[in-house]
Amino acid sequence: MWERVRRRFLRSAQMRGYALLSPTLFVMILFLVVPLGILFTLSFWKQDGLFFAPAFSFDNYLAFFGRIIYSKLLATSIGTSLCVATATVLLAYPMAYCLAFRIKRAKIMWLILITVPFWTSFLLRVFAWKITLGYQGVINSGLMSIGLISEPLQFLLYNRFSVVVTLTHAWAAFAILPIYVSLEKIDRSLLEAATDLGDGPAARFFGVTLPLSMPGVIAAFLFVFIPTVGDYVTPRLVGGTGGIMIGNIIQTMFGRGNNWPMGAALAVISMTTITLLIIVTLWFIRKMRQR
Amino acid sequence: MEPSKGIDGLIVYGVAYLAFLYLPILLIPLFSFNDSIFIAFPLKGFTLQWYEAMIAQDALVRSLVNSLKVASAVAVISTILGTLAAKAVTAYNLRGKAPIVAFIMIPFVIPGIILGISLLVLINRLGVEPSLFTVGLGHVMIAVPFSMMVMISRLEGLDRGLEEASMDLGEGAWSTFWRITFPLALPGIVASLLLTFTLSFDEFLIAFFLTGKEATLPIFIFSQLRLSQKLPNVLALGSCILAASTIVIAVAEYIRRRNLRSGRESGLGV
Repeated sequence: MWERVRRRFLRSAQMRGYALLSPTLFVMILFLVVPLGILFTLSFWKQDGLFFAPAFSFDNYLAFFGRIIYSKLLATSIGTSLCVATATVLLAYPMAYCLAFRIKRAKIMWLILITVPFWTSFLLRVFAWKITLGYQGVINSGLMSIGLISEPLQFLLYNRFSVVVTLTHAWAAFAILPIYVSLEKIDRSLLEAATDLGDGPAARFFGVTLPLSMPGVIAAFLFVFIPTVGDYVTPRLVGGTGGIMIGNIIQTMFGRGNNWPMGAALAVISMTTITLLIIVTLWFIRKMRQR
Repeated sequence: MEPSKGIDGLIVYGVAYLAFLYLPILLIPLFSFNDSIFIAFPLKGFTLQWYEAMIAQDALVRSLVNSLKVASAVAVISTILGTLAAKAVTAYNLRGKAPIVAFIMIPFVIPGIILGISLLVLINRLGVEPSLFTVGLGHVMIAVPFSMMVMISRLEGLDRGLEEASMDLGEGAWSTFWRITFPLALPGIVASLLLTFTLSFDEFLIAFFLTGKEATLPIFIFSQLRLSQKLPNVLALGSCILAASTIVIAVAEYIRRRNLRSGRESGLGV
């Protein structure tokens, strides 16, 4: 009996496929979906000294909307991440284009050179900018020692500018690869056809290449935008008081602030806002394309 | 496509871009040999004292060992899970394949802090103390999508006919796996092991929430960053980590991309 069930199970290719998938899916559900569910539940609870009071109240959410500082901070965090994602994609596009269309020899070497910094320590890359931009850091001391400036430049570190520069650098490789892949996939004969039909390089780029690479551009934008909204290390190390982001408040709630339910609520609100923002944008892009 | 005329502006841009990527990072090794407690120009002279001071720290060696343990476990576990998923996705024409792949990719597009706090809340509810084990758990979650992607792009390029031929010639499933599938997938597996190892070894954002009494190396570095007299030691340590990570990643990427034709890389294309 058991043997027959087993045979039948294995015979079906679909079932075998799902069986192979099941360990990974199980782990992902247990340690991704379940924790997110608990986090969501926790956001309705209350902190009671060292313990939680299970309840169902919207107090944490009301606290968010009651204190303008939270929504302001979320808005500036999203603004910062939008700046970072835009800058990253704009800087990455020519590089990806160059990789896809110009570099013929040693392409692997270029790809490796671009990917290596992405895999190496995020913390060290942020640290590198701290010493670069610091009041007595590399740029200021360098400019002073060659006599270009006599006083250190104040605007370099501990503000939103330094956060944007650092994050743009830290996520650079993440933006190049999706754009590069979408450019590689473009059928070269389409480009030749455009040229044969009399398109100049600019018309060909804006008429064929750019629209066809848009999926890569959008993917790159999201891959940079989403994770950076929640970053707390970069603002902490190079942002000062002016560059603080929502991630810092969430982290504080789970640390010294010791108000996990409030932190959970802030996390849920941030994630929901980002998701809605993305869905609306993607819907809008689709509408634009259909016209 | 276009007639190349002398120096190509795009290539110049490419080189400038690489300089932007690497110059700030190269400052770390540069100043790690500088004979001054201040990280500033002009350079004062060559010294190895920061490296000597670095080795003398017991806490550093302990956190290094911790990180090596966690990263090894994460590399093995996430590569197994990633390979299984990739095999299932590439070998069988599964219904609901796209949403399943998208689901496994979710950690890719969730801020690290959210993954960190949600796992922290889970272990808190289960009554588990934060430890190296929980750090590893968090790292597996972000490493599996990467491993799966690496393996999908490897397995997609394989000729399924070879496996079928082996089965037709009377080899069993087990021996087909060991004699055909495994050797062909091996470069992907090695690359995945090396990449996920480095990912875990260098990860800070998630580990910060899940770490217990025993620190990993990035946690140790972060604790040192607050003390300005310790910064030169961080430079020395950072240089060693950067050198090691760079070598491991370069090897992994070389193994992975050597036999892949461009354009064959899977959708997300990392």
